[in-house]
Amino acid sequence: MNTIPLSHILFVSTALFFIGMYGLFTRRNLITMLMAIELMLNSVNINFVAFNKYLYPGKIDGVFFSLFIIVIAAAEAAVAIAIIINLYRSHHSIDVDDAAEMKY
Amino acid sequence: MNASAIIFYLISAFILGSGILAVSSRKIFRAAIWLLFSLVGIASLYFWMEVEFIAAVQIIVYVGGIVVLIIFSIFLTQHSGSEMPKTSRMKTLFAVLAALFGLLFCCMVIDEYGFTQLATVSFTVPVAQIGTQMLAMGEHGYALPFEVVSMLLLAAMIGCIVIAMKNKEEAVI
Repeated sequence: MNTIPLSHILFVSTALFFIGMYGLFTRRNLITMLMAIELMLNSVNINFVAFNKYLYPGKIDGVFFSLFIIVIAAAEAAVAIAIIINLYRSHHSIDVDDAAEMKY
Repeated sequence: MNASAIIFYLISAFILGSGILAVSSRKIFRAAIWLLFSLVGIASLYFWMEVEFIAAVQIIVYVGGIVVLIIFSIFLTQHSGSEMPKTSRMKTLFAVLAALFGLLFCCMVIDEYGFTQLATVSFTVPVAQIGTQMLAMGEHGYALPFEVVSMLLLAAMIGCIVIAMKNKEEAVI
C-alpha cells in the first residue's frame, strides 16, 4: 500500500492548489471564482489526510481537520451563493468588474 | 510499479485533468460539470487512501450539495449555453507564470524535505472512533470545535436567509 511516497501525493495536491489559483486569477465571473476556491480547499483536505496517513498513522487528527474544513467550505459556499444571487438581483450581472461601487 | 501505484497515478491524472478543464472551460455549465468530475476523483483518492468516511462525506457534501447549489445558481443567473468573454492574453500569461512559479517552488521544497515515514502502525479510521473522539471532552476530544462549527453553520443559515430575503418595502414599490 505504501508504495507511493508521500511526496507524490503532495505533488498532486500542490498542482491542484495552483490550478485553483490560476482559475482565481483568470476568471472574472463570481461563480467560477467560487469553483476555483473549492478546488483549492479540496487540495488542502488531501494534504491533511495524506499527512495523517503517512506520518501519524496511529492518530486520526488529520481526518478531523478535513471534516471541519468540509463543513466550513459548505457554509462558505452557501453564503457566497446567497451573496451572488443578491448581487445579480441588483446589478443584473455577476461579473466582478461590474460591481465596482466600493472601489477607490 | 504495482496495481495500487498505477491506480494512484490514474486517479491523479483524472483529478488534475478535470481540474484544469474546470478552470479553463469557457462555457460555465461545462466548467461546473468538470468540477463535479474533479471532486468525484478526489473522493476516489480518499478511497485509495483508505479513509472511507471522508470519501463518503466528500461525495455527500461536495458532489451532492455544493455542486448542485452551484449549478442552481448558474441556472438562476446565467445563460448557461453562452460562452464567457475571453480573458486578455496578458492576464492569462501572467496567471500561468505565477501558478507555474508557485508550483515549481513548492515541488522543489517538498522534494528536498525528507519525510520520515512511520510504517510501524497500520492506518485505520474506524467510524466509531471518529464519533467518540468528536464528542469527547478529554485531552484528544473535539467537542469544542464541534460546538463552534455548529454555531458557524447556524450563523451561515441565518445569514443566507437574511441576505437572500426580499425587502418588503422594495417589493411593494
